[in-house]
Amino acid sequence: MSGHAETGHDNGHAPVTLKGYLTGFILSVVLTAIPFWLVMTGALESKQATAIAIMAFAAVQVVVHMIYFLHMHPKAEGGWSITALLFTLILVVIVLSGSLWVMFHLNTNMMPGMHDMSGMP
Amino acid sequence: MATNLQTTAGGTPVFYDLDEHDHPEGGSTMLGFWIYLMSDCLIFAILFAVYGVLGASYAAGPAPKDLFDLPLVAVNTAMLLMSSITYGFAMLEMQRGRAGAVQAWLAVTGLFGLAFIGIELYEFAHMIHEGATPQRSAFLSSFFTLVGTHGLHVTFGIIWLVTLMVQVARHGLIAANQRRLMCLSMFWHFLDVIWIGVFTFVYLMGMLR
Repeated sequence: MSGHAETGHDNGHAPVTLKGYLTGFILSVVLTAIPFWLVMTGALESKQATAIAIMAFAAVQVVVHMIYFLHMHPKAEGGWSITALLFTLILVVIVLSGSLWVMFHLNTNMMPGMHDMSGMP
Repeated sequence: MATNLQTTAGGTPVFYDLDEHDHPEGGSTMLGFWIYLMSDCLIFAILFAVYGVLGASYAAGPAPKDLFDLPLVAVNTAMLLMSSITYGFAMLEMQRGRAGAVQAWLAVTGLFGLAFIGIELYEFAHMIHEGATPQRSAFLSSFFTLVGTHGLHVTFGIIWLVTLMVQVARHGLIAANQRRLMCLSMFWHFLDVIWIGVFTFVYLMGMLR
């Protein structure tokens, strides 16, 4: 990234281009249409395969939006943007996987009638 | 005190520049706003986690299959995606310095945003009319909290957008307004990213259950 003084208002962001926005838009439309189509028509027999497929499409689309709409690149703001993003992603993964994991086991173990309590004092 | 003179063990003087560097106005706004967006991302992560934990607790009430209307969600998704590309067009016109065209594209973006909110409110009203209120089950509480929080963000985005249209009309595309427009651009596209998570995990996955 170049020095502060000469970047002025654009702060090292790459100039936005029509081509970039249109590429992002077309990719997003395709990546949105396919999961809707998969679920609405049930094209894939197995529900699990459909679930994995739509999650994969969502992940790819998030990356597409990050690059073409949010103009993320590793050098933005001298690397601080990507650092903040990676830190947030780590927290998001811990929060999501941790909550689901712990609460799933709590749910399973708290089911009424799961444990035989007759032997308890 | 501009410099601080210290001497290393070898006796060589070392200079430290203690003066403040030049900080142009707004020079750190974009990074600061990005960090705000990351904190907003954590709010949504927690709401997604809540929905993930409670999303299957129907309390013998309606399940996603009974409530969600996928074609309507698809239209809603299209509205938000269209508003993203029209905001992009506004940013392109801003680069060319054409205030009138920026205003026009901002207005189109705002209308798509309003359409999104309108469809979402229609969906909520329809669900509540059928008795699927937030009080009905843990699934519905977490659904309304997650989707409602996103809708609230879009609503505030529209208010912000109108504010900036007034600012651009009064002061033109001055540096401060360009910076504000770039912040709203990040906010708007960020909300679209969150919506990808909402339509995938709430609506599409809900229909698979």
